[in-house]
Amino acid sequence: MQILQLKNTVAFMSYRKAALLLSIVLMLASVVSLATNKLNFGLDFTGGTLIEVGFEQAADLNKIRSLMDTNGYDDAVVQLYGSSRDVVIRLATRENVKADMLGNQVLDILQSGTGQTIDMRRIEYVGASVGDELAEQGGLAMLTALICILVYVAFRFEWRFALGSVFALFHDVLLTLGLFSFLQLEFDLTVLAAILAVIGYSLNDTIVVSDRIRENFRKVRVGTSEDIINISLTQTLSRTVITSITTLLVLAALFFQGGALIHGFATALLLGVFVGTYSSVYVASSVALALGISKEDLIPEVIEKEGADQEQMTP
Amino acid sequence: MLNKYPLWKTLMVLFIVAIGAVYALPNLYPNDPAVQISGLRGIEADAVTLDVVKSHLDGEKISYASIVMEGGQILARFSDTEQQLRARDILDDNMGDEFSVALNLTPATPSWLATIGGTPMKLGLDLSGGVSFLMEVNMKEAINKAQESLIDDFRTGLRGEKIRYRSVKKVNEAITVQFRNAEDLANAENFLEKLNRDLLFVSDEGNLTLSAQMTEQKLKETREYALQQNITIIRNRVNELGVAEPLVQRQGQKHIVIELPGVQDTAKAKEILNATATIEFRLVDTEGDLSAALNGRVPGSSQLLKERNGQPVLLKKRVMLTGDHIVDAGSSFDEYSRPQVNITLDSAGGSKMLNSTKSNIGKPMATVFIEYKPTDRVDAEGNTIFEKIEEVISVATIQARLGKTFRITGAGSQAEAHNLALLLRAGALIAPIQIVEERTVGPTLGAENVRLGFQAIMLGFGLVFLFMLIYYRAFGVVANLALGANLVLIVGIMSMIPGATLSLPGMAGIVLTVGMAVDANVLIFERIREEMREGKSIQQSIHQGYDAAFSTIIDANITTLIAALILFAIGTGPVKGFAITLSIGILTSMFTAVVGTRTVVNAVWGGKRLDKLSI
Repeated sequence: MQILQLKNTVAFMSYRKAALLLSIVLMLASVVSLATNKLNFGLDFTGGTLIEVGFEQAADLNKIRSLMDTNGYDDAVVQLYGSSRDVVIRLATRENVKADMLGNQVLDILQSGTGQTIDMRRIEYVGASVGDELAEQGGLAMLTALICILVYVAFRFEWRFALGSVFALFHDVLLTLGLFSFLQLEFDLTVLAAILAVIGYSLNDTIVVSDRIRENFRKVRVGTSEDIINISLTQTLSRTVITSITTLLVLAALFFQGGALIHGFATALLLGVFVGTYSSVYVASSVALALGISKEDLIPEVIEKEGADQEQMTP
Repeated sequence: MLNKYPLWKTLMVLFIVAIGAVYALPNLYPNDPAVQISGLRGIEADAVTLDVVKSHLDGEKISYASIVMEGGQILARFSDTEQQLRARDILDDNMGDEFSVALNLTPATPSWLATIGGTPMKLGLDLSGGVSFLMEVNMKEAINKAQESLIDDFRTGLRGEKIRYRSVKKVNEAITVQFRNAEDLANAENFLEKLNRDLLFVSDEGNLTLSAQMTEQKLKETREYALQQNITIIRNRVNELGVAEPLVQRQGQKHIVIELPGVQDTAKAKEILNATATIEFRLVDTEGDLSAALNGRVPGSSQLLKERNGQPVLLKKRVMLTGDHIVDAGSSFDEYSRPQVNITLDSAGGSKMLNSTKSNIGKPMATVFIEYKPTDRVDAEGNTIFEKIEEVISVATIQARLGKTFRITGAGSQAEAHNLALLLRAGALIAPIQIVEERTVGPTLGAENVRLGFQAIMLGFGLVFLFMLIYYRAFGVVANLALGANLVLIVGIMSMIPGATLSLPGMAGIVLTVGMAVDANVLIFERIREEMREGKSIQQSIHQGYDAAFSTIIDANITTLIAALILFAIGTGPVKGFAITLSIGILTSMFTAVVGTRTVVNAVWGGKRLDKLSI
């Protein structure tokens, strides 16, 4: 079976102005959303208490809310989690109560208020200072990752590609974050891990494309830089699409089957893979092109490589 | 001939996959619910204990699958958790103070696998259920304590050298000694500077003071010491809780992570972990005027404290002995059936006690219970302020010289005496600690997480399998073989690495790897198709397809690996778990997709004339 086996080269780069516009609009929208909506930070970052309980029968959320209200927890966020019998309650950090006792208190309130036996499934309590540290650490991790990648790609390829791929990563991370903020999805540690996985994935894609561009710059003797990039993108398109499909397939499995705890993770990756696939086609190569990548830039490396390659290729 | 691998290469691939499979195998055997009985305080379970345990279980008609003694512990396996829980309750009630009874999940790995080191993957708390704490050590208090002990050292040192001083006290962050004349000041500086090379001394001849400040280096060492010491003590305490496979680890500069798989009684665990109790022995100030002290005129060398019943006592500030010297403690009853705590000291503590009681026979000695409790207030830096609570638990007249072992009475109840003994035995924390993060996962949620995670892996795997089969036909089968081998290798390696724990994000990492692992094969297969379209012979196409894709695969995977390694280095908890499986997955998928599939392709299609290829 074959899909997307294109006979003619697609002139991807001729749409690059439109793509650039789209990217800029989306990135601006993300920045605006992040600035106004902010990220809906989960417990990991904000600190506070989360209690997940399982009821015997379907839980009456209104009753639970009023119970919490009358007992002085008027800031409690009560939600169903996965099924009608599983309830998750979130509380902000409070000053006058010793925070690590909170979970037990809430459990008592619910148990006596509803008369049902409640199965304590999960209690998480995170101090606010830990959250700050984590946010700092997460940001640091992302920055370090971007720098290391920049260095590696610049070393293996060329600085224009390195800038292009790092810009693509930045683009993907920003858009994914923007979507999370726009949809007000909860941003917790697993989502952070997912975003970093998006970096890995998008990079994977970008490198494959850049690799082909480098190869074609050496092999194809005629045509402008733009033509060569178009040829390369067309050649790698089916691979890009197929890998995206298989990854999306497993992510869909994770999204629908992985359970509530992993939902945010799966969502972030699903979004990230879409954005990452788009950016590997348009963003990285457009940037390299805009920075004026040309045959000459890759020639010094070429001579050495070609010799080495040819020896291997001789049957 | 093109596309032929030498036999050794094929065998090597088979060998590696086989090793992976063998070490992945233990994961197929579900864990047995078990109860573990281990001795406390140096006591080992022996054959007699085994008989006692057996008779308790038989008496309650609890059937066990097996019961064995190994390494001073008794392990009883049960066929279901119901029997296990009943057994735990019975044994907990009957085995007494000297043994801890803990629930445990014991791998049911066949013995031949166990002998070659085969163990199943360790499951994280989110998958097994249990509780984890993140504790923060109060470094301010640690520094305070170090300074206090310096003040003590200065006093005894100067007294020993017969250098007269007016006072030694803490002024701002420095320890300041006040002298009567310049000669004493010079002598003292000379003497103290030699003893404390890690302090910065500044003498002020006008005011006749000498002040000593801890250097940056010394402060750093003090913090480091407090953290290490606290970890050791928490380890002791966790062991007293009798948890199977606990984890106590430092995290960063002032945090300690504690994971207690299977523990559901978090209140008890917290009480033991968090307690910063210690005791001090001090003389009662019998010359001081108690009523004057009550009105606020406390003598400089004394301190006013209260007994449990509210009765005020005037104590000497000088401490005869601190809790650090306690090596063992247990609880029992005295001749009037009152609870008492029996204490054994180390030899330094013993001689200290001997010296200070020798000259004080007939005088009253107080046992002071000290506890640091976190308050709701925080200081400017956001650290919780701790309150030091001192309470006199007993005042007793020294009847004779006390040596290495003695007892104290005055603990309110037997349970209190028991807890105090436990805390003393486990050592006092150098600096108070505070829980800054707590996560509890119930066992049902854990089991559900495992089930869902497994389902997701299977479903994702199945979908990719199907897709590859339809899209690449025969080569799809090869890619799927590689995918299967990849999964086996990941599981095998995860089981082999001692420290690796599988958590939910780790499972997600595996799922993601499955999705991305086919990428290498897609790259290779697409290349082969391209080469064939360009009119090359089939063998040539296969050869060049693999060759041309190779550098792309390496570049793409190394960059992803960089990201994963950074995640591992910087991340904590779930991020780290994800990074481990992702890194392993990238490495194994490179191996299976490049070398593994090539081996199969060469074996099936290599070295012969082909007209068509099922790709």
